[in-house]
Amino acid sequence: MMRYPVFTAAVTAAVMALGLAAGEARAGDMPGVTATEIKIGGTMPYSGPASAYGADGRAELAYFKMINDQGGINGRKVTLMSVDDGYSPPKTVEQTRMLVEQEGVAFMFNGLGTPTQTSVQKYLNMKKVPQLFVASGADKWGDYKHFPWTIGYQPSYRVEAQIYAKYVLKTKPDAKVAIIYQNDDFGKDYLNGVKDIFGDKYAKMVTKDISYEVTDPTTDQQVVTLQASGADTLMIFATPKFAAQIVRKVYDINWHPTEFLTNVSISVGAVLKPAGVEKAVGIITGGYLMDSTDPAWADNQGMKDWLAFMDKYMPGADKTDGNYTYGYAVAMTLAHVLKECGNDLSRENIMKQATNIHALEIPVLIPGITVNTSPTNFHPLRQLQLARWNGKTWERFGDIIEGNGS
Amino acid sequence: MSAARRPILPVILALGLAVALAFLVSDYRLFQLTMVLAYAIAILGLDMLIGYTGQISLGHGAFYAVGAYTAAILMANFDVPYWATLPIAALICAGFGFAFGFPALRLGGLYLALATFALAIAVPQLLKYKAFEAWTGGVQGIVISKPDPPFGLKLSQDQWLYLFTLMVTVVLFLLARNLLRGRIGLAMRAVRDHALAAEAMGVDIALLKTRTFALSAMYTGIAGALGAIAVQFVAPDSFSVLVSITLFVGLVVGGITSLAGAVFGAIFIVFLPNIAENISKAAPGAIYGVILIAFLYLLPMGFAGLRRRVARPGATAQPPAQALTPSPGTPSPGKSAAEIRIKSG
Repeated sequence: MMRYPVFTAAVTAAVMALGLAAGEARAGDMPGVTATEIKIGGTMPYSGPASAYGADGRAELAYFKMINDQGGINGRKVTLMSVDDGYSPPKTVEQTRMLVEQEGVAFMFNGLGTPTQTSVQKYLNMKKVPQLFVASGADKWGDYKHFPWTIGYQPSYRVEAQIYAKYVLKTKPDAKVAIIYQNDDFGKDYLNGVKDIFGDKYAKMVTKDISYEVTDPTTDQQVVTLQASGADTLMIFATPKFAAQIVRKVYDINWHPTEFLTNVSISVGAVLKPAGVEKAVGIITGGYLMDSTDPAWADNQGMKDWLAFMDKYMPGADKTDGNYTYGYAVAMTLAHVLKECGNDLSRENIMKQATNIHALEIPVLIPGITVNTSPTNFHPLRQLQLARWNGKTWERFGDIIEGNGS
Repeated sequence: MSAARRPILPVILALGLAVALAFLVSDYRLFQLTMVLAYAIAILGLDMLIGYTGQISLGHGAFYAVGAYTAAILMANFDVPYWATLPIAALICAGFGFAFGFPALRLGGLYLALATFALAIAVPQLLKYKAFEAWTGGVQGIVISKPDPPFGLKLSQDQWLYLFTLMVTVVLFLLARNLLRGRIGLAMRAVRDHALAAEAMGVDIALLKTRTFALSAMYTGIAGALGAIAVQFVAPDSFSVLVSITLFVGLVVGGITSLAGAVFGAIFIVFLPNIAENISKAAPGAIYGVILIAFLYLLPMGFAGLRRRVARPGATAQPPAQALTPSPGTPSPGKSAAEIRIKSG
C-alpha cells in the first residue's frame, strides 16, 4: 500500500519528464496521497494589487489546521500548500507547476482570480488535475463540457443577474429596466444573466442598456441617457469606483428608480460613503454569506462556531472582513468532499465527489442556501438572498432566490 | 587580441552547463530557467539603454508586454508558428521604441524616467481597450499552446522550449557583445559620459539615443515574446507596472554594463520572490525588500561588480549612486575600439 503509489508516482514523473504523455493518471493513481496525509495546493494573491483577498487563503490554512488538530479527515492530515502569485498570471503558472510537478499535490484548490486561474486552466485540464472551487465570480468556471477538471464555487455574476431579473419579473412584471454595465467580461456576464431570464421579453422590458469603459473618467452621460429612456428600474453592474459615481449621479439628477447593485460593489467604505450613504438608500443587492456584523446572526450556532474558530485560530484578524467567512465556507466544502472520497483519493474520485454534492449546508451561508453540484452542474452556489441598504446597513429581505442551472 | 580571448573558456563552460541542465532538471525547473533566459534578454535590452547610454527607463515592461502580445496574437489568431513570431515581435517593438524614443529622448534624466514610467502605467489599460479586444481578448487575455519539439526530437515541450530560448539568448548576447564592443558601443558610452564631448567628436546624439532606445525595446520585446510562449498565456494583469520595476531591479542587482550581470539579475528576479515567500507568507514584499537592500549594501555594483572586485581587488568601493558613471577599468572614450574590454562573461 505504501510502496505502490510512490512507485507509480515515480514512473509517472519519469514518463512526464520524457514528455511522452501529459499527465496520464490512470485510475488507482493517487498523487499527493499517503496513508497519513493528503497534499493539496492553491495560489493566492498574498502580495500585489489584490492582496486584500489573501485573507481567504489564510482562513483556509487556519481551517485545515483546526481539522488536523481534530485528527484530520479519514485519518489523513490535510496539508494545504497555499502560495503567493501576486495576482500575476505568469507567476500563477510558475507556482501551479511547482505545486503539481515538484510538490506533487493531489489537486488545486480555490485558486483566486479570473485572469490568474485562466492562465492555468488549460494546463490543469490537460494534466487532469482537479481545479476545485475557483475563487472568481466569472461564469466560465462552470464549463464542464470543455473543462471537465475545473469547477467554480460562489454564485457567478451571471447567476446573480438572473436572480435580480427573476425578482423584477415577480414583483414588477411591467417594469421598464435600464442597465449600465462595464464593457468587459465582468459586465457582459451580468448582461447575459438578465437576458437568460427576460428572454423574448428583453427588448420590451429593457428600455436601454448602455456600457462604460474602465478608462472612462465619468459615467454621468450614460446615467442621463438612461434616465431619458423613461426607465423605472436601474441595474448597476459596475466596479466600485464607477458604482459610486453612478449611485451619486442618479440621486443628483433627481431620478428615483428601483436600483439593483452588483454585490461586487456593496462595500460601505469604497462605494456607499463616496456616493453618500443617504443617496444610496433603497438600493437592492444579493448575498449568500452571513455577515458577522448583522445582529440577526448573534445567536446563530454557525456564526458562534465561526467566531470561536476565528478567536482560536486567527487571533487578531478583522472579523468584519467577509473574506475570512468565505475562506472558512469553501474550506468546509472541501472537507466534505474529502470525507465523501473515503479511501479513494484518486483525482478521478475527487472530481466525482466534488460534482455530486447534494444540498450541503455550510453553517456560515445564509440559512436556506446550500451547495449543490452534479456532473452537469459545475456552479456549486446558485442562490442569493436580497438585501436593501437602509442608510446604515444592508437589511436582508424576502426568500432565497435561485438562479438558473449551469 | 588577448582581450577577446580571456572570457571564452568560462563562457563555454557556462553554455555547456546550460545545455546539460536541459537533461538534468525537471520540466518545472526548465520552465523557470526559460523565464530566467527571457528576463536576461530583457535586462540586457534595458542595460543597453541605461547602463551603456545612460538613459533611464522605468517603462520597459511596456515593450515586454507588446512583444508578448505580438507573439500571442500571431499564434492564436493567425496560426503563425512560435519561432516566426520572434522577428515580428522584434520589428514591432523596435518600431514602437523608435516612435516613442524620438520625442521622449529629448527629455533628459529623471524626466525621461517619468515619461517611460507613464508608458508602463498606460499599457495594461490600453490592452483592455475595446477597439483592440477582438485581438487582445480584453481582460481575459489569450491562451496559447506550447510548441512541440520539431523533427520528432525526443524532448519534452519544456526541454525543447528551454533549448530554443537558450539558442535565441546566445545569438542575442553575441550580437549585443559585438555591437557594444564596437564603434557604436563606444559612441553610446561617450554619450553617457560626456554628451557634449561626444557631439564634438561627431556623434549624432539624438539619432544614437533613439536608435539605442529602439534596439533596447527590440530586445525587451523578443524577451516578452519568449516569456509569453513559455507561460502560454497573456493578459493585461500579467504586465502591470511591476514588470518594469522588476526588470530595473534585475538590472541593478545584476550590475550594469555587464552581459553576465544580466543573467545574474534575471536569476535574482525569478527566484527571490519564491525565497521571500518561503520565509514569510504574511509579508513576502517586506522580506523581498530587506533582501534587496541587503544585496545592494553587500554588492554595491551588483553581481558583476563582485566579479570585478574579485578579479581586481584594487578597483572597489564605488557607491551605487555612481553606478551610472564609468566603472573602474572602463575605457575612456578616447581609446580605440581594439582596446575596449567590456567586463562581460
